[in-house]
Amino acid sequence: MMRDRRRAMVIGVTAVVLLALPFIASNYVLSVATLVLYMAYVGQAWNVMMGFAGQLSLGHSLYVGLGAYAAAGLFAHYGVGPWAGVWLAIAVCAAAAAIIGFLAFRLRVSGVHLSLLTVAFAELVRIAFDHIDALGGPGGLFLRVAARDRVDLRAFRGPPAMYYYAILALASGALALCAWLLRRRAGYYWRAIREDEVAAQAVGIDTFWWKMRAVVLSGAMTAVAGVFYAFYYNSLFPEQIFSFTRSIEIILGPVIGGLGTLLGPVVGAAALVLLGDGTTEVLARAGFDIPGAKHVVYGVVLLLVTIFLPNGIWPPLARRLGFEAKRL
Amino acid sequence: MPTAAQLANVVISGTLTGTVYGLMALGLSAIFGVIRLVNFAHGELMTLAMYAAVVAFQGLALDPFLTMVVAAALFAGLGYLLQRAFINRFVHRPEHMQMLLMIGLSIIIANLLLIGFGPDARSVQTSYQLDSFELGPILVDKVRVYAAGAAVVATAALAAFFRFTLTGKAIRACADNPLGARVAGLPVAHLYAVTFGIGAASVAVAGCATVSLIDVTPTLGPSYTLLAFVIVIVGGLGSMVGALLGGLLIGISEALAGVLIAPSAKSMVSFGLLIVVLLARPRGLMGGAQR
Repeated sequence: MMRDRRRAMVIGVTAVVLLALPFIASNYVLSVATLVLYMAYVGQAWNVMMGFAGQLSLGHSLYVGLGAYAAAGLFAHYGVGPWAGVWLAIAVCAAAAAIIGFLAFRLRVSGVHLSLLTVAFAELVRIAFDHIDALGGPGGLFLRVAARDRVDLRAFRGPPAMYYYAILALASGALALCAWLLRRRAGYYWRAIREDEVAAQAVGIDTFWWKMRAVVLSGAMTAVAGVFYAFYYNSLFPEQIFSFTRSIEIILGPVIGGLGTLLGPVVGAAALVLLGDGTTEVLARAGFDIPGAKHVVYGVVLLLVTIFLPNGIWPPLARRLGFEAKRL
Repeated sequence: MPTAAQLANVVISGTLTGTVYGLMALGLSAIFGVIRLVNFAHGELMTLAMYAAVVAFQGLALDPFLTMVVAAALFAGLGYLLQRAFINRFVHRPEHMQMLLMIGLSIIIANLLLIGFGPDARSVQTSYQLDSFELGPILVDKVRVYAAGAAVVATAALAAFFRFTLTGKAIRACADNPLGARVAGLPVAHLYAVTFGIGAASVAVAGCATVSLIDVTPTLGPSYTLLAFVIVIVGGLGSMVGALLGGLLIGISEALAGVLIAPSAKSMVSFGLLIVVLLARPRGLMGGAQR
């Protein structure tokens, strides 16, 4: 009973704070919160592939980039807003994920080879986008900047609070979807494949198709993050959005929070962004402007977590807060 | 269409660069083949060596090809300590945990370099930088020849070490059968550390050789890590001969693609090749022979 009450308290307070944030916080805090939720969302999407189904992708920037360029291209050239663009983004990324997954799983590419294959595809597409002049090439694709005081929902242009609520909805939706999936057949099949693929096959799971489903779903979810990225930041460069460094940033949250857990990506993203931006902020207050400091913090946190908390920071934290200690 | 002499020029320069690539990849391959560790910090070790050469040149006016010797010794020690104190406890962890550990290390190295040296490109300008050897219509950069020469010497030394010395043989025994090596009483942790040291030393030599060919920036690491993986996968992960052949193949094909297609097509060719090799033969060109 005590535990239930503590858990209800934690959930209730978090929900109230998240919903009320735009009314009580400054724009800076809101931008940090938006970044946390964005990282939580992409992390959740990546976690479907690695955390649930055990397929390590180090090239997820591919889907962010493809999704972002699909929706931004439609908007910049034809004035089609993101509500239609997001479907194109999802279609493109699902197709890309299906092609990569089909090739990899049919030809039995696994482990480190699979990770490298995902990197290779992301790099190849990055170079290809440098040569697509219609999308700006290496010079970048820019969306006209929004009027910050007016909400234009149709074109998804508006004040920071609008983007905050949008990404909050996305992150919560992804969390709910993953929670639902984990309790369904998919969740059990994926985890069976993650733990022992041969055994999963032996008990009759069609491992090929279930891995395909994980990859395509993960890619499609990441596409939506790309659309959000495009309309939030308004500028896209192949060199940045498809980069290996970005792919690594995507995986940091879930890895630090806890691979395969539901709230791990959220907790990990929060811990990372708060520590990273906290360091930058403290240094700035002290009069230092050190561009690499944030990433050194990321690296140190990643190192400490892999050494001392291989299951991530969320599982031990969950027990304290009265949540199920099970890795769910 | 380029003339035959131009093509010969390109192939020769690609071969020379490929030799250095091969040495860099050899380090990665040795580390993977013996410790079975996927070293995602390989490119960052490379940039670290390149910065060491820049600092030695600007501070002490030391030629990169001399720095190379010192750097190799230092990196061997650094690699030994890193493996012994730190990475060794990850040897029996799942593959993805090892990758994450090395990725963490790579992020730290790259950003410490960024803090230390800033984002601008640094280079070494030796007096013979622009000189070249002339063989009839063929012109070859002197630095490129020296770089390849150093790589060949280092590679030969490594081959001799693994073939003729007791430690080298013991390391190969570890690679073949870690449990058997342990049963036979070999100090596996020490041998793993020596291997990582050798891998780091190869990268140090490759880095010091490369610094006179290419400017260095702190963000260069991932592209070298990926390049090393491309080479090693194309040649067969864990195979040393494969790493060398892969280096030459990538060096030549990049140089040719740069001339025949477009300069930006260079890395497209290597990533395309990587995808083809991964899909067609997940063990690489020489993979069958090793395991």
